Amino acid sequence: MQPFDYAVPATAEQAVRLLGTRGAAGRPAVPVAGGSDLLALVKDGVLSPGRLVDLSGLDGLAEVAVVDDSLVLGALAPLADLAAHREVAARQPALARALSRVASPQIRHVGTLGGNLCQRPRCWYFRRGYGLLAQLDGVSMPVAGDNRYHAILGTGGAAGGPAYFVSPSTVAPLLVALGAEVRAAGPGGGRTVPLSSLYRVPRRPEEGEIALAPAEIVTHVVVPPARGARAASYEVRQRRSLDWSLATAAVVLRLDGERVEEARVVLGQVAPVPWRCEAAERWLVGRVLDAETMARAGEEAVAGAQPLSRNGYKVQLARTAVARALTAVLRGGAAATAPAPAPSGGAR
Amino acid sequence: MPEYAWPPAAERRLLGKRIARLDGPGKVTGTVKYTYDLQPEGMLHGRILHCPHAHARVRRLDVSRAEGMAGVRALRVIHPEGSEIRWAMDEVLYLAADSEQIAADALAAVVVEYEVLPHFVDAEDRDGAPETRDDEEEVVGDPAAALAGAAHRHVGEYGLPTVAHNCLEAHGQVCSWEGDELTAWCSTQAVSALPAQFAERLGVPAANVRVRTEVLGGGFGSKFSVDRWGIECAELARAAGRPVKLMLEREPELTIAGDRPSAYARVELAADAEGRLVGWSSESWGSGGLAGSGSPPLPYVFAVPDRRHRHVSVPTHVAGSRAWRAPNHPQACFITLAALEDLAAAAGLDPLELVRRNLHLTGRLERIYRDELEIADRLMGWSRRWRPRPARREVGRWADGPRRRGLGLSVHTWGGRGHRSNCALTLHPDGGVDVRIATQDLGTGTRTAVAIVAAETLGLPLAAVRVHLGDSRFPASGASGGSTTIGGVASSTRRAAQNLLEDLFRRVAPQLEAGADELEARDGRVGVAGDPDRSMPWKRAAALAGPSPLVATGANPGPGELTESGVGGVQMAEVTVDTETGVVRVEKMVAVQDCGLIVDLETAESQVYGGLIMGISTALAEEKVIDPVTGRMLNVDFESYKLAGIADVGELVVHMMTGPGYDDRGAIGLGEPPVISPGAAISNAVANALGVRVPYLPLTPDRVLAALEDAVRAPATAGGSGGSA
Repeated sequence: MQPFDYAVPATAEQAVRLLGTRGAAGRPAVPVAGGSDLLALVKDGVLSPGRLVDLSGLDGLAEVAVVDDSLVLGALAPLADLAAHREVAARQPALARALSRVASPQIRHVGTLGGNLCQRPRCWYFRRGYGLLAQLDGVSMPVAGDNRYHAILGTGGAAGGPAYFVSPSTVAPLLVALGAEVRAAGPGGGRTVPLSSLYRVPRRPEEGEIALAPAEIVTHVVVPPARGARAASYEVRQRRSLDWSLATAAVVLRLDGERVEEARVVLGQVAPVPWRCEAAERWLVGRVLDAETMARAGEEAVAGAQPLSRNGYKVQLARTAVARALTAVLRGGAAATAPAPAPSGGAR
Repeated sequence: MPEYAWPPAAERRLLGKRIARLDGPGKVTGTVKYTYDLQPEGMLHGRILHCPHAHARVRRLDVSRAEGMAGVRALRVIHPEGSEIRWAMDEVLYLAADSEQIAADALAAVVVEYEVLPHFVDAEDRDGAPETRDDEEEVVGDPAAALAGAAHRHVGEYGLPTVAHNCLEAHGQVCSWEGDELTAWCSTQAVSALPAQFAERLGVPAANVRVRTEVLGGGFGSKFSVDRWGIECAELARAAGRPVKLMLEREPELTIAGDRPSAYARVELAADAEGRLVGWSSESWGSGGLAGSGSPPLPYVFAVPDRRHRHVSVPTHVAGSRAWRAPNHPQACFITLAALEDLAAAAGLDPLELVRRNLHLTGRLERIYRDELEIADRLMGWSRRWRPRPARREVGRWADGPRRRGLGLSVHTWGGRGHRSNCALTLHPDGGVDVRIATQDLGTGTRTAVAIVAAETLGLPLAAVRVHLGDSRFPASGASGGSTTIGGVASSTRRAAQNLLEDLFRRVAPQLEAGADELEARDGRVGVAGDPDRSMPWKRAAALAGPSPLVATGANPGPGELTESGVGGVQMAEVTVDTETGVVRVEKMVAVQDCGLIVDLETAESQVYGGLIMGISTALAEEKVIDPVTGRMLNVDFESYKLAGIADVGELVVHMMTGPGYDDRGAIGLGEPPVISPGAAISNAVANALGVRVPYLPLTPDRVLAALEDAVRAPATAGGSGGSA
């Protein structure tokens, strides 16, 4: 671990300024929120920041507000707080459920929404210090090595890449499907962009997977009103205890009776970004949700998959996750309701 | 000389009762210190430079900048320029510095270049191995003829990977010199054995070395040796003239501090028309690293009349294996009991029935297994709930949803006779009792067991006895391996306490106007047996014994039958398998276990719970993933090395065997047996649920889905079952 400066700004503007200049030994500054993962990356030498800019002191960025029926979620809100928040539970129950399943109770109480969305990939080559694209002497380590947890979509297969890691957040697919936007603050002021555009597939080692400008931070996540749309996500996890999802599917549907009017299908942990499945969406629109339709939607979602030597099983997992998320929507368990009084402590 | 024996069941006050571990409060409150916690005055921090390559030659090594850094106090090179490294994370050099940060900076200042050489790390691929070592074939009878002529026959392939020990407290020690006398606080399973190991390599008399281990955070068989890091820590401390702490970091801990060897096997097994095993043939191979692997004892438990086995050891560029709870038994158990279950399915038999029909092949454990199977059957509801496997044509065409339930069973055995042990008891004139024994408490309950045996024998409450252990200056006691500790320390403590009483009785008998052989110690008094009027309080007896303490010793082995060898255990598992995701959940496990005389029921049960959890973890999730590209282990933290958590283990039901036929065999070890069966029982339950064998552990989604896919694609041949001949 290299020495670094440590700064605790009080405002987003200060934070942006501190992130815009280099820290100890001329190395770049990086933001830290909950720190549940970042500090481990620093200790393991995967990241060597010159300055940690601690965002936990920023005012007003850990709150939840309702503006024009949209949920405005502060990026610094702990995941556990959001999962238990009555407005989140009432307006976006599927989101509350996804938040309540992240990692472990300890991580949910320390980890923030912004940190969850911007967390670094779990790729074991990246985590062992071989870089985000994990190339060694021109060879892609995930392709030549052990790729059981790597991407099946968005890679171009073994001959493609160069990014084979998977986007780690299990909350991001649902938020993307819900049409969420992020507000960011940076040296040039603030901007609001679709959450989906926060993620990119890097082509070069120096290009990150999070499409923030230098010194830019996420301040809020805005979730538009459900307006009758129903949402659910399904995670395939091996363990019930702390574990990473092997494949996540998030679906948001607007139904006319039993017929699908509008559909969003987004996969997690199968591609370097939250993976929108437009073919599955097209398949669903206009159809009645029966078992066959849901199974076929799963097929459509993974139609372009190009598995590597050891991750073919993830195609089946993703397919199943889509069908099960659709089943959950159909059962209506996760349907959004209009804002309603909830017992204190939130509806859990 | 007293007659050394355990008290009869009716007279036991503490033995076999449910008594909370004495080490609990100190661990929970943090007042006891692990090696990791120690910080002697002036302590330096030791660090290791590890080689990231599995096979390499050190081309260039320049330590001049590191050595010259302020705060770097000592540096020792292990692999100089030109030397060959044969496993990843092997140590290139050691250094000690004033702070962890300086040590880390100094490591970063070392200039090292490697010539990377070809490596081989995948022992499953024995055909690709640069070298293999064949063991001699073991043959009994005429297996070929027995297999050829049998009514039921099964051919299958099975395998399980290397797994790590995952000691929460890493390997390491704190070393401190005074003149040429060394004190080493070690995280070790072998307090008495380490001084000689240190002394030999440090060139000092063994008597000059003191090893201490108050508590340790897990060993599981990986902490018997002083290890290179022990010697180097002592050398750094000697060179620097200050104490040095050196503990392995997590990546080297998982990579080089031992593993359980992998095992793969091709098995052929046959039974007659009544389901009695008649023939066995197996070829196994596997590796724990550079030294390859020893042969699993195949066939396991059942001495099939005509049998053949051959093992091929496959050396790899991986650090060596170490004993991992019940060495070679979990592998042999999984391979044998999986093949047996597959044969039962092929023969249309309930596996419980097949096992029962073959208990005559288990020798003197037959009666134990028969008792245990009956109890396990009742606790799991096996006879009521077991259903045959779904037919092969049904696989993938499930009528009642994607989740399927199944039951599986397994049996296991272990030795566990008590090791060599010495114990010294001191009776102070005020009645206080100190027990000294150099043994270590791995967290298994050793300290508690010693206190129970001493207090029981002396007729005192548990709190009246103080136990001191984990110091090589105390009477020597064996290493805690092979489930030998409880039999060793219980026996030596029992003999020491009986010897103390003999001495005490001789001294106070005149006061009671009785012969020494008429006296007994019970309920805190010493008196004539059966005559409450002729007795005195323990304290008074102690005072009468003289102005200075009485000391008595006891040893194991010794006269009297206080320990035995050979236990049996039965386990049953119930699982749910999600056939669309391949996720396996353990719903319930039943463990029925024998360990002779139980000293403390609570810590005994705790051992079985621990064994079950570790076994479930290896069955479902554990595996050392070695990167084919670099030969380096990839899952070197607790996020990616998957261990079962509490939510993953399901309902655990533990039943300890007690009573005639069990207690009267003396104290027998329990650390290994319960960890042996879970892999077999769970895999068998999955096969029962799916109608197809998932031939490899751990039972991860990829392996389960692959087995299902094979069965659907080739319904007649998949799953490795040859069916009935």
